[in-house]
Amino acid sequence: MALNVGCTAPPGRARENRTGSWRVFLPRFDHEACSKCGMCQLICPEGCISETADREFVPDYDYCKGCGLCAEECPKHAITMVQEEK
Amino acid sequence: MAIDKGCELFDCGHRACGGCGASLAARLLLKAAGPETIVVSSTGCMEVFSTPYPETAWKVPWIHSLFENAAAVASGIEAALKIQGRKEKVVVIAGDGATFDIGMLCISGAFERGHDITYICYDNEAYMNTGIQRSGATPYDASTTTSPAGKVSTGNRRPKKDMPRILAAHGAPYVATASVAYPADFMQKVEKAINTPGPSYVQVHAPCCTGWGFDGSKTIAIGKLAIETGLWVNYEMVDGEVTKVKRVVRKPVEEYLQEQKRFRHLFKPVTLTAEIAKIQAIADANAARYGIDIKLPPRSGAEAA
Ligand SMILES: Cc1ncc(C[n+]2csc(CCOP(=O)(O)OP(=O)(O)O)c2C)c(N)n1
Ligand code: SF4
Ligand code: SF4
Ligand code: SF4
Ligand SMILES: [Mg+2]
Repeated sequence: MALNVGCTAPPGRARENRTGSWRVFLPRFDHEACSKCGMCQLICPEGCISETADREFVPDYDYCKGCGLCAEECPKHAITMVQEEK
Repeated sequence: MAIDKGCELFDCGHRACGGCGASLAARLLLKAAGPETIVVSSTGCMEVFSTPYPETAWKVPWIHSLFENAAAVASGIEAALKIQGRKEKVVVIAGDGATFDIGMLCISGAFERGHDITYICYDNEAYMNTGIQRSGATPYDASTTTSPAGKVSTGNRRPKKDMPRILAAHGAPYVATASVAYPADFMQKVEKAINTPGPSYVQVHAPCCTGWGFDGSKTIAIGKLAIETGLWVNYEMVDGEVTKVKRVVRKPVEEYLQEQKRFRHLFKPVTLTAEIAKIQAIADANAARYGIDIKLPPRSGAEAA
């Protein structure tokens, strides 16, 4: 591979790596119990939780590693970790 | 610059362990710093998990230095931007090994020369990328692969090096400690550091589930316990003076230690009371030095401690 000045990569190309395949447990969101505090979105180490137009917090399962941090920190206990079905 | 909770400049697809505190630090850092930022990373977990070639999770200009010279690379970038009249901010994000140990010379030089850079150390308290070797940031009695607990040792023999004070002693106008367990506080400190002219330093506690031995869902809980026991103190120093400290109602250090495999030898097969007392003394000294204790009014019938 010809490399001129070091190696470069286009911004955000890591998206090609779908880390959702690592998941053993999956976070399930109870939108009724959710208070829309935004904590899960702020602390997800993958940055894969977003807020939809109708104000529902949803993870992107293509990237969610199932770490369980969101479920642990949700003040409303609105997120439960369930065994992944493969 | 207001903190934009929506923008993701550190993207999905990075290969950090699930629940990794360092990866959360990277995300929060860029949320606070914004798009007009140039990032320099030393060799270590974050560099490896965020940029396995040809992938990158970074959506701002990012450069990998060597393990030891991130501060020198940042100095050069800052000097070049300055001469071109450009306004981007230069931020280093480097591990504790890169910062406390091998990078010391370059950091000291950059701070002494007064470059307008922000140096952030994500402190996971060992050399994680190469298999959990101790660093100058490893706490007393933590078991690592180069300070293994066993028959002849109770783990790491030395206390954590006081890196923030070393940089404050260089005349750094802004030095702060933070934790990924308090994301808003960390982001505010990053913003402040970036907007302070001259070299500033932020050391962010980044619990590492793999190296410390706890479940990745507990990263924030562990970070909070470090602060609640007084083993990690969140503070700000402006021109060498401590100006802000997070105060707590302190818990005994056992509550933090017993949650992590790196301290398991302190409890099994027998409880090493004398060693735990030494760690409690470290927390007590931190509490006295920074005045972190919130004194609760005595409850009726409660025993005086
Ligand atoms: C000069 C040099 N020595 C050793 C190494 C091997 N090495 C790569 S990363 C690393 C440890 C990094 O530790 P730290 O800075 O704490 O980051 P972490 O991996 O813990 O996030 C070491 C020893 C290297 N790359 N270069
Ligand atoms: S942390 Fe819980 S309550 Fe808050 S937005 Fe997320 S799901 Fe809703
Ligand atoms: S389980 Fe972990 S990776 Fe998945 S959404 Fe929750 S915090 Fe993010
Ligand atoms: S070893 Fe620790 S610091 Fe490295 S990616 Fe895993 S959790 Fe993060
Ligand atoms: Mg480290």
